[in-house]
Amino acid sequence: MALELVKDKWVNAVSVLTIGATKEEGGSRGRIVKCGGEESLPFLFSEGKIPHRPVIAMEVLDVEPDDWPRTLTSAIGPAIKNPVEWAQKCESEFKADLICLRLAGAHPDAQNKPVDQLVKVVKDVLKATTIPLIIVGCGEDKRDNEVLPQCSQAAKGEKVLIGEVVQENYKTLTASVLADGHSIIAQSPIDINIAKQLNILITDMSMPLDRVAINPTVGALGYGLEYAYSIMERARLAALSGDKMLAMPFISFVGYEAWRAKEAKALVLEFPKWGSELERGITWEALTTTAFLQAGADIMVMRHPKSVELVRNHIEELMRG
Amino acid sequence: MALSGLDIYKLLPKTNCRECGFPTCLAFALSLAKKAVALEKCPYVSKEAKQALEAQSQPPIRLILIGDDKNKVEAGNETVMFRHEEKFHHSTAIGFIIEDSLGDTDIKQRVDKIGKLHFERVGQQLKTDLIAIKQAKDAARFIDTVKLISGLTNAGIVLMSEDKAAVSGALKILANRRPLVYAANSQNITDLAALAKENAGSLAVRAESLDIVLELTKKAKELGVEDIVIDVNTKNQEAKVIGEFTQIRRQALKKANRPLGYPTIAVMDKLNSYEEVIRAGDYIAKYAGIILLHTFEEWAVLALLTLRQNIYTDPQKPLQIEPKLYPIGNTTESSPTLVTTNFSLTYYTVLGEVEASKVPTYILSVNTEGMSVLTAWAAEKFTPDKIAESLKKSGVEEKITHRNLIIPGYVAVMSGDLEEKSGWKIVVGPKEAAGIPSFLKNLG
Ligand code: SF4
Repeated sequence: MALELVKDKWVNAVSVLTIGATKEEGGSRGRIVKCGGEESLPFLFSEGKIPHRPVIAMEVLDVEPDDWPRTLTSAIGPAIKNPVEWAQKCESEFKADLICLRLAGAHPDAQNKPVDQLVKVVKDVLKATTIPLIIVGCGEDKRDNEVLPQCSQAAKGEKVLIGEVVQENYKTLTASVLADGHSIIAQSPIDINIAKQLNILITDMSMPLDRVAINPTVGALGYGLEYAYSIMERARLAALSGDKMLAMPFISFVGYEAWRAKEAKALVLEFPKWGSELERGITWEALTTTAFLQAGADIMVMRHPKSVELVRNHIEELMRG
Repeated sequence: MALSGLDIYKLLPKTNCRECGFPTCLAFALSLAKKAVALEKCPYVSKEAKQALEAQSQPPIRLILIGDDKNKVEAGNETVMFRHEEKFHHSTAIGFIIEDSLGDTDIKQRVDKIGKLHFERVGQQLKTDLIAIKQAKDAARFIDTVKLISGLTNAGIVLMSEDKAAVSGALKILANRRPLVYAANSQNITDLAALAKENAGSLAVRAESLDIVLELTKKAKELGVEDIVIDVNTKNQEAKVIGEFTQIRRQALKKANRPLGYPTIAVMDKLNSYEEVIRAGDYIAKYAGIILLHTFEEWAVLALLTLRQNIYTDPQKPLQIEPKLYPIGNTTESSPTLVTTNFSLTYYTVLGEVEASKVPTYILSVNTEGMSVLTAWAAEKFTPDKIAESLKKSGVEEKITHRNLIIPGYVAVMSGDLEEKSGWKIVVGPKEAAGIPSFLKNLG
């Protein structure tokens, strides 16, 4: 007699988030990206539909990064000095699904770039690429409130994913994003209650549920990964059990976290026991990503072209069902 | 899954003879279900009832031991599907495959290199567990290789061979080392089970589907093998294997399906080092008791052991260190002093950077109940009052002559308050630990 399987039965699905708009849809993208929509826990295909594979966004900064290790910058090449060329390279050579433009130069401690310069970068990147765009600010509330609404307006019609809003600062950006037809990233500090609360606040402003992505804040491999891992598992279980305020796709800034880890950056000369720094850095990012894929992550924001390739192949393998 | 009082009642004689001291069989059954009384109190209990109740007292997933008493590797005895429900108990055992087709010198070098694969992270020792010897040549060569390797290492041994003569010979060498024999299939299970039983080894069964796994584990048990490990490798397709591993754990935990109540093993095949690490990552997260790899690159193993440490950390108990004053390097009365939390990850990250700076420094670790700087600050466990109190208690005031305290950049806002409460001058340090070396060097 065949084994009687124990299957989870769920009553709710993750919402489907669409990023990007083609010409017909009022934008200029060559294709759009849909993510989310899961009706089961990660990769358990026999228990519910998993209509969209996890997608990879590659991070592009508006300023040349000064704290990235050489193993990372040299893989991107000279294009790293120019966000437009960098973004083009992510699309054509590194085969990213999306570009994630981080406006690091907006930060008062960095270059405190004027708004019009930042808006121009957004426009130029949109012009030079055909894949959908994610825009994130510098993380300083005041500056982000100044800069991001202008970027939102400049990208009107492109169905960009913009962030990030937090519990203490969500109104300004949510209003612009709503008006310009984009979607929003809601960031919570590894806390399921705040994640839910923030989604309630945003949707109270009449933002539709399917225009929100949750950033639960992840930690890198070895640096608190397990906290975010469990928060994501709990949130996804709640979502599938019917909690619509947690049933949004997750966006994970794995590249940002992984490349801060000492193990990703340190030279083999400093730590001979840790082995080659090139493979170590790539693996640190790829394995951090792997873990979060198993916790339910939908959009992986990554940095190194080789880790991107490895994760893309892995996602393909997983999606064979 | 525990039997309910009613389930147990059905197994009792239902005569209400009161000899157990309870007025009815039902009352006795209810008490048994709560484990408040021993089954022996009823003299009339049947054999089947005894078996059913004994089975209930066993863990749903059997604990398997590999290796001798000093170097025990444990797998199994897991109790939950998700780590937040309780915790994952026995870290996935990580092992390395060595083929007997390699030359002896090469084998020696590998075993030596594998032996060096241990790392210290956040105050814990991360180690690998097993060496798996794979047969590619004849039985004699396999046995010689086992002899060679088992003499070089006291790691747990996995015998990867389906050749009766080879396994039999190898097992003789490994008395007391409880090796794992990998793997029995429908054809060879009778032979391999007999060998495993005779030599106190455990036995892996391997099949393409759970239905066949069930048959094999039942057969192995009938043949007297108690310690079983399951390999199910459906079409070698990643999501399928994860689905099967998930199903095996659910069957054991939710249905008390004994023939599936064993740890699982995942063996990497035809992959490069990167791919092995990534797949192994899936299996650490999703329910493998044992993983066997070909790669033994330091970077690969460091990453995997770190992931394993993360996933197997007890979510209810963040790793903490003793909150006190730690002198780092040859400190003097003028050494800088910085304060942080007692969350292991925070402390060890700060420690690593302080050591890298080569500036002798005092680190004051404040009891934040294992919370990180920002979390502790938000939860009011890292407040000016608490820091001022720790400064007093730590005895640092007798050790140094200056009164300058470096605080994490993220809590710069507390500077004024802390200065008032402690009487120390507050210096705002960097937000990220990575900034510590240049900060300390430039203190002047
Ligand atoms: S001794 Fe056994 S048969 Fe008699 S009342 Fe107790 S449980 Fe029932």
